[in-house]
Amino acid sequence: MALHFELVTPAKLVRSEDVHMVVVPGAEGEFGVLEGHAPFMSTIRDGAVQVYKTEGAAPEEIQVRGGFAEVGENGLTVLAEHVEG
Amino acid sequence: MASLKELKGRINSVKSTQKITKAKQMVAAAKLRKAQAAAEAARPYAERLSAVMASLAGKVGGDSAPRLLAGTGSDQRHLLVVVNTDKGLCGGLNANIVKAAKAKARALIAEGKDVQFYLVGKKGRAPIKRDHADRIGQQFDTSTVRNPGFEEAEAIADELVELFEAGKFDVAHLVYPIFKSALAQDPTVQQLIPVPAPQGEAGTGGDAVVEYEPDEEAILEELLPRYVKTQVFGALLEIAASEQGASMTAMDNATRNAGELINKLTIQYNRSRQAAITTELIEIIAGAEAL
Repeated sequence: MALHFELVTPAKLVRSEDVHMVVVPGAEGEFGVLEGHAPFMSTIRDGAVQVYKTEGAAPEEIQVRGGFAEVGENGLTVLAEHVEG
Repeated sequence: MASLKELKGRINSVKSTQKITKAKQMVAAAKLRKAQAAAEAARPYAERLSAVMASLAGKVGGDSAPRLLAGTGSDQRHLLVVVNTDKGLCGGLNANIVKAAKAKARALIAEGKDVQFYLVGKKGRAPIKRDHADRIGQQFDTSTVRNPGFEEAEAIADELVELFEAGKFDVAHLVYPIFKSALAQDPTVQQLIPVPAPQGEAGTGGDAVVEYEPDEEAILEELLPRYVKTQVFGALLEIAASEQGASMTAMDNATRNAGELINKLTIQYNRSRQAAITTELIEIIAGAEAL
């Protein structure tokens, strides 16, 4: 099964796809989100969101600045103010 | 009666005006499409943010709520953030925004409140200055950038939050037009600070217990300035779309008016030409008969 991952900035919807795992730089430490994660909300610090498309694949890094992450029933949503790369 | 040469000159000058208005109309139509797309693209972020805000604001209530949500406890000093365009040629758009802002200011002053203005965009300055010269606080210049984007919204919101934290005002209202169609842009007044509790379905995950990291209050504290930014950003997008829409309509009218004027002048020109030819013929015939 896959995790639905969305990365949204004020300017546009950057990503909306199904991935294996995403590692988010939370304010109190990095956390990985897999499918079926419990509902969770955290602010994020500036850093890289690592997206693992499939198990064991090399992560794709997306630099984000300012925002927060929300895990709900429909997957992970990262709201970031700025996205680079 | 104007001479033939004069008429010709006028026809030519109206024609070149028409060319300008036509070009501006087409540019506005193209830009409108872009502005609408930008407004569309910003919607998911705003929607998610207000959903989260709604669920959080319900949980953090009472005394522990941050000042941006709860307010200063007084509503004596009001700040009107008026968003105008930087360029003209867009019909009555700016006049309507200023009218709405002035009406709000008058209502507040009648209630005995203090009113200050914070102006975004160039075109609102002069008309507001005429009535409220001493009430204009800060201005934000958006004319240096081509498309005011999130950077500008961020700068404006940061400045507003700073002023609020410094205790310069109690309530802020945002005055901007809502883009309905190319023909209609409604100026609206919306409360910005303190943040009105968003109405939305509380909680995104139904009844599931959501874990917060750090805690609800800390997240809310971070979220509120962000929410203000999003609101300002939304206003900037609306004004961009409204400007292009209003400009398109105004220029369409101008082009049509110019066309009518050209027709009228052309008829006048032809009549005078005919009259001149007739007079000339009569002169020649009269001359021939005299021989």
